[in-house]
Amino acid sequence: MFKRLLFSVLSMFVAFSAHADQPVPWQMGFQKSVTPIMDGFVAFHDMLFYIITAVTIFVVILIGYVCVKFSAKNNPVPSKTSHNTLIEIIWTAVPVIILVIIAVPSMKTLYFNETIPEDAEMTLKVIGKQWYWEYQYPDQGLSFESNILKDNELKEGDIRLLSVDNPVVIPVNTTVRLQSTGGDVIHNWAVPAFGTKLEAVPGRLNEGWIRVRETGTYYGQCSELCGKDHGFMPVQVEVVTKEEFKNWVEKVKPEFGTES
Amino acid sequence: MGDHANPTGFKRWFMSTNHKDIGTLYLILAIIGGIIGGLFSVVMRMELAEPGMQYFPMLAAFMDGAVFGGEANQIYNVFLTAHAFIMVFFMIMPALFGGFGNWFVPLQIGAPDMAFPRMNNISFWLLAVALLMLMASAFVDGGVGTGWTVYPPLSNQIFQSGMAVDMGIFALHLAGAASILGAINMIVTILNMRAPGMTLHKMPLFVWSILITAFLLVLALPVLAGAITMLLTDRNFGTSFFDPAGGGDPVFWQHLFWFFGHPEVYIIILPGFGIISHVVSTFSKKPVFGYLGMAYAMASIGVVGFVVWAHHMYTTGFDVDTLAYFTIATMVIAVPTGIKIFSWIATMWGGSIEFKTPMLFAIGMIFLFTVGGVTGVVLANGGLDRVFHDTYYVVAHFHYTMSMGAIFSAYAAFYYWIGKMSGRQYNECLGKIHFWLTFIGVNITFFPQHFLGLAGMPRRIPDYPDAFAGWNYVSSVGSYISFAAALFFIYIIYHTLKHGEKCENDPWNDTSETLEWTLPSPPDFHSYDEIPKIK
Repeated sequence: MFKRLLFSVLSMFVAFSAHADQPVPWQMGFQKSVTPIMDGFVAFHDMLFYIITAVTIFVVILIGYVCVKFSAKNNPVPSKTSHNTLIEIIWTAVPVIILVIIAVPSMKTLYFNETIPEDAEMTLKVIGKQWYWEYQYPDQGLSFESNILKDNELKEGDIRLLSVDNPVVIPVNTTVRLQSTGGDVIHNWAVPAFGTKLEAVPGRLNEGWIRVRETGTYYGQCSELCGKDHGFMPVQVEVVTKEEFKNWVEKVKPEFGTES
Repeated sequence: MGDHANPTGFKRWFMSTNHKDIGTLYLILAIIGGIIGGLFSVVMRMELAEPGMQYFPMLAAFMDGAVFGGEANQIYNVFLTAHAFIMVFFMIMPALFGGFGNWFVPLQIGAPDMAFPRMNNISFWLLAVALLMLMASAFVDGGVGTGWTVYPPLSNQIFQSGMAVDMGIFALHLAGAASILGAINMIVTILNMRAPGMTLHKMPLFVWSILITAFLLVLALPVLAGAITMLLTDRNFGTSFFDPAGGGDPVFWQHLFWFFGHPEVYIIILPGFGIISHVVSTFSKKPVFGYLGMAYAMASIGVVGFVVWAHHMYTTGFDVDTLAYFTIATMVIAVPTGIKIFSWIATMWGGSIEFKTPMLFAIGMIFLFTVGGVTGVVLANGGLDRVFHDTYYVVAHFHYTMSMGAIFSAYAAFYYWIGKMSGRQYNECLGKIHFWLTFIGVNITFFPQHFLGLAGMPRRIPDYPDAFAGWNYVSSVGSYISFAAALFFIYIIYHTLKHGEKCENDPWNDTSETLEWTLPSPPDFHSYDEIPKIK
């Protein structure tokens, strides 16, 4: 019992490795990372987590100590101290040092995430619309819409509010350039396991990139309030082998092909 | 006294030019706003307690949709929008800046009243009308379902048709004008009406905090007013400031909104910083540690608060160097905030601490604000924010700073000053019960939301995938406890006014040096018979 408690306390915020691609009940940490970008975020966040926990515990201990040691009962005569230049310099300088320590990996993850590799092998264009996603594959000549499955359309294995009729399909171990724009209002294409969150703004084209290393199904939800059904336009991504991807493109071409 | 005799009845409360009466009116408005805004949030938490839609379809069906409009999901968005607007503009600002600011700035600087008493009156009544306007907007044409950020194009006529958003915009215009007038009044009062001998560097920290807040208001609110006016003309007169189809840009709105919106969060918390300093000092029986550092920490938070706005827009698609700048600038704010936290603890260090209710709320505030502060450092990172943007982690973060930092300050101020304001002292036992109920309630409500955010749950959704059910249920239970605590607080007010013991000039045994404790409780109509002198 105690061990389990300890484990759950320790694993707070820290990425779970036992679960894959979708949120699980009572989850306390990230979904499992499957992209280099998310790897960076997870590592950086683990470090941040230790720092902020230490800072919080330090402050709590200080408050606790002060409350006991300097209560009216234990210390009836208060001191008159109201200045101490040294300590004031210390509590200004130490946070600055901690912030510098944080800033280095922060900048690393930021520039890594924001710099789109030049060897991107394909492009996926995401268009947010009220209240579904449209996906375009300019390289493969595909375009289709992806709508949420209503409760009565759910089949065995589907997840309520996360499964869609036409999941977007991408090949594994392939650098995919993402482009997003909004068709009507602002939406946000998010997949937590990829560390991806791309704002889809009307009149603008946003860019990002992913390279997923594990096949499987990944889920996300629209992450910018976009009207009444904002909570009902999920993202479902099927990551398949390159071979399967090719077959899939051929299979759906008659239905979703853009070239006539 | 003659002409200056105390007015009574209608004349006293509706035509008041007295800073104490107007302060009381602000506090009453804040309590009404808090109950309404709290109700909105409790209904949302009821809906979110379990997966699936339970309560909002009932609201949608109520009177065939005549009251709220017939769309359950839209009503949810209206509720979350109204909750935010009311809590920000009609609860916490009227409580800290309008209420306690009006009451105690003149008292603490030894002034007989505010510089512009009639303007003070119109500031309040504009705000009261704005609240009515905002409430009404929820009941016409489907309500404002845009979130308090009112991002176009969602807030444009095509997507939110009818008058609701326009009424919301007018409500903001009125509330904004009210705050600007109030802020000008504060600035003039503080700069010109201090008692002889009270230099800026001898001014109580609460007055410092109100002065800085007033400057933030005067600089930030006109930007909001301009932005919402542009939105109004976009909606009604065919302009296209924010519409890409006419050459506009939705992101332009976000810049304007957050140029106001980020200073706004410091407008909310800074008066609280001032209050906590007084409470901690009084109950530790020690002067504030590092007074100048405290004052200038607040000033620097105010200044830096104006140059970090885009950290609310990290995923919008900025140039990477812009993201880097806003990351670093945002982190800088942690330094003055840390100075404040450590200075409060240092004030307690070596003190002789009495754990009266105001002090409990102050200590609670220091702890909870630390938690909200460190998650702020996590969110500051422009890269990592890709994971957190628009998730419940953000909701947890800003409720730890606002729902706990600012509200705990307001509660602390209430218990600290209610004896002075009403002439009757609260019941210590009831106050402590209220503190523990609130402390437990808010933590159960908001701590689990960190987990939901990490797991990827987006904010502003009325229903969620079943995996998120567990922590949502816990969070809902916490919100019921917090709301029960708020209702219990109303009872405490009643109990204090009805059964409270008479309060002496200084119920805290002469441990505070500020001027309000030299006056009778409650103070006379014009407070001071002769102007006090500061040595």
